[in-house]
Amino acid sequence: MTAHPTSSHFKDNAHEALRDAPLQKALTHVRANFIERRAEAAQRLPEFEALRDSARDIKNHTLAHIDLYLEAYEAKVRELGGQVHYALTAKEGVDIVLKLCRERGAKSVTKGKSMISEEMGLNQALEAAGIEAVETDLGEYIIQLRGEAPSHIIAPAVHVNKEQVEEEFRRAHLHLPKDRDLSEPVQLLSEARGVLRDKFLNADIGITGANFLVAETGTSIIVTNEGNGDLTQIIPKVHVVIASLEKLTPTLEDVSQLLRVLARSATGQDMSVYTTLSTGPRRQGDPDGPEEYHVILLDNGRSSMLGGEFEDMLRCIRCGACMNHCPVYHAIGGHAYGWVYPGPMGAVLTPTLIGVKEGGQLPNASTFCGRCEEVCPVRIPLPNMMRHWREREFERHLSPATVRYGLAFWAFFAARPALYRLATDIGMRALHLFGRAKGRFSSLPFAGGWTRYRDFPSPQGATFQSQWRAKSRAVK
Amino acid sequence: MSARDEILANIRASLGVTGAEAPRRLAVRERLAQAPSGVIPARGQGDDATRLATFRAEAERAKASVVEVAQASDVPNEIARYLRDANLPATLRMGEDSRLAAMPWGETTLELSHGPSEGHDLNSVSAAFAAVAESGTLALCSGADNPTTLNFLPDNHVVVVFARDVVADYESVWRNLRARFGKGEMPRTLNFITGPSRSADIEQTLLLGAHGPRRLHIVVVREG
Repeated sequence: MTAHPTSSHFKDNAHEALRDAPLQKALTHVRANFIERRAEAAQRLPEFEALRDSARDIKNHTLAHIDLYLEAYEAKVRELGGQVHYALTAKEGVDIVLKLCRERGAKSVTKGKSMISEEMGLNQALEAAGIEAVETDLGEYIIQLRGEAPSHIIAPAVHVNKEQVEEEFRRAHLHLPKDRDLSEPVQLLSEARGVLRDKFLNADIGITGANFLVAETGTSIIVTNEGNGDLTQIIPKVHVVIASLEKLTPTLEDVSQLLRVLARSATGQDMSVYTTLSTGPRRQGDPDGPEEYHVILLDNGRSSMLGGEFEDMLRCIRCGACMNHCPVYHAIGGHAYGWVYPGPMGAVLTPTLIGVKEGGQLPNASTFCGRCEEVCPVRIPLPNMMRHWREREFERHLSPATVRYGLAFWAFFAARPALYRLATDIGMRALHLFGRAKGRFSSLPFAGGWTRYRDFPSPQGATFQSQWRAKSRAVK
Repeated sequence: MSARDEILANIRASLGVTGAEAPRRLAVRERLAQAPSGVIPARGQGDDATRLATFRAEAERAKASVVEVAQASDVPNEIARYLRDANLPATLRMGEDSRLAAMPWGETTLELSHGPSEGHDLNSVSAAFAAVAESGTLALCSGADNPTTLNFLPDNHVVVVFARDVVADYESVWRNLRARFGKGEMPRTLNFITGPSRSADIEQTLLLGAHGPRRLHIVVVREG
C-alpha cells in the first residue's frame, strides 16, 4: 500500500531532472528564498543556537523514554474521550482510516498536509474505496490535480510554475467561466480558496497529520500558514489525526522549544501563522469542533530504528532546511529521489523505511559538503548517516560493478604507499607530457563523465606528495 | 498480539528496556509533572510597556495591523472605523464572550450577529486569551465565548486583546492556561495566530488570505 518508489532509478531520475527546463527554473526559487530567510531569522534571535541544542536534547530524551511517553499520551487522549489506534505498517494505517470512513458512511474527506499520508499512499486507497479525498494545502492541492507526489516536504509544488497551475485549474474547475483571467498567482489562489471552501464545509471527515503530540495533555498540534489544516480539523464531525511515533513530545514547555526552531528553520518566519492545538472531541457547550477525535499512531519501521545507528534520524521535525541548503537537491529537485522524502533527510530515511535494496542509491546523492548538518534544527548528523548507508550498500554488494572494481583498484594501490607514489608519479608525468601543448584535455580514457561537460586541466608534472617532499627538503 | 502491544514490544526490544525500570519511570513522571522550561528568548521580556511595544512590533512584522485604545468602551467605534476605512461592509459576527458583550455596540451602526461561522461571514471579532510579545502571536481558546470557526472562516478577523494579557513568551501562556483549566487540561482547540493567513505555494510568491482571513486587525485595550 505504501507509495510506490522509483528510488532505485535515482541516476536516471537525476539525469532527467537536469534536462527538465521548467524544473530547473523553478528550483532557482528554492536557492534564492529559503536560505536567505532562514539565515535572517536565525541571526535575529541570539538564543537560536542554544535553542537548537535544547531541541536536540528534548528529542533525545523523548526517544530514550518513548514507550513510557506513549503510554502517558494514550491514557490522556482516552481520558478526554478521544480514541487511539495503532498501526504497525502503512497498510494497517490505511485499513484503520478506511474502516473509520466506512463505519460513518463518509463520502468526502478533507486533508491537511501530511507526509505520513504520502508514506501510506492514503489518497489512492481512499479513491479506490470510492471516497473523495481533497488535499487542502494549496501546494498539495495542485500536485493532487497533477497526479504527482510532493517534491518538497514543506513546499510540495515548488517544482510547478504558474502556467502549469493555470492549466490544471482550467482542466479541473469546469464549473467556472472559460474566459476568466488566471494569469497571476493571486487569481489562482483566490480560485482555489473558493473551490476548497465548499470542500471544507461539506466534508464528512477531516484528516490531518501532526507536528507534535503532547504526552502531558493528550494534544495534537499542527502548524500551517494557510489555515487549511485548521479548517480541516474544526469543521467536519470527525477529526482523524495520523502521526508517526516520533512526534511525541513530553510537555507544552518542550513544544515551545521546538516551535522556536521549526518555522525559523523552515520558512524563516519566527512563527508560522497558525499553530493549532487540538485536545479530544468538542466539549459540552462548544458550538463548533468535531464530535469524534481519533489518533492513528503509525510505526512503519520507526521502532526498529531506536537504539541503532539511525536513531538520530527520529529527531527530525520535517522543516526542510536540509533540502533547502543541499546542492544536490538544488540541482535535481525532489522527484528524482523517487519516494516520499527528498533531500538529505530523505536520503537517510528512505532506505530505513523501504529497504537498502530499493533506496540504497540515495545516500550517494551527496557531495558531503555538510550544509545539511549545519542548518538542521535538531542537529542530525546527516552526512555521517549517509556514510553508514554507503558502507552497508558496499558490504551488501549492492553498489554497481564499476564502483566496486574502481574502489578495489584504488584500494590495492592505496594500501601500498611506495607503489602508489610510483604509479601516480608516472601518471602525472605522462599526462603533463601529453597535455603540455593545449594545457588541458577535452577527453580522457575512463573519465568521459568528467570531460563531457568540462575540460580536465593538464597536470604540472609532479604529484602533490613529491612537491611537498621537495619543499620540505628545501626548508631544511 | 495487538498492534499496540507489538509496537511497544518492538520499542522496548530496540531500546533494551522492559518498561518497568524505576529510574526511567521516575524521569518521565517528573518531567510531565514539573514541565521544566528550556531556553526562553530575551526578546519578549520586560515591563508592561516594553512587552506591549514588542508585541505590537512583532505582530506588525507578521503583517497584522495593530491599534491601541484607552478603554473597552472604545472598541466598537474602533472596529467600525477599521471596517469603514478598509471599505468593508459594516457587519460583524461574534461569540458570547462577556467582555465583548459588555461593549457599547449600540454606539455604532455595525450589524451584529452571534454564534459560530457557517462559512459566509465577512467579518468577525474574538477576544484573545493571551498575546505573546516574543513573536506577536495571539492565543485564542475555543468554546461558545469565542468559537474557533470565527478565527478561520471570515475574510477579516478582528481580535481584541487586553493589555494585561500581553505576556512575554509561550511559557507564560501555558502557565495561564494551567491556572484557568488545571494542570494537564486544555480547551478543545487552542489557536496560536501570528498574522493573517498566507501561502507561497505558487512560485514562492507570498500572498495573503489563503484559506483563513485575508486581514488580521488587533485592537489592544490599555485599561479595563
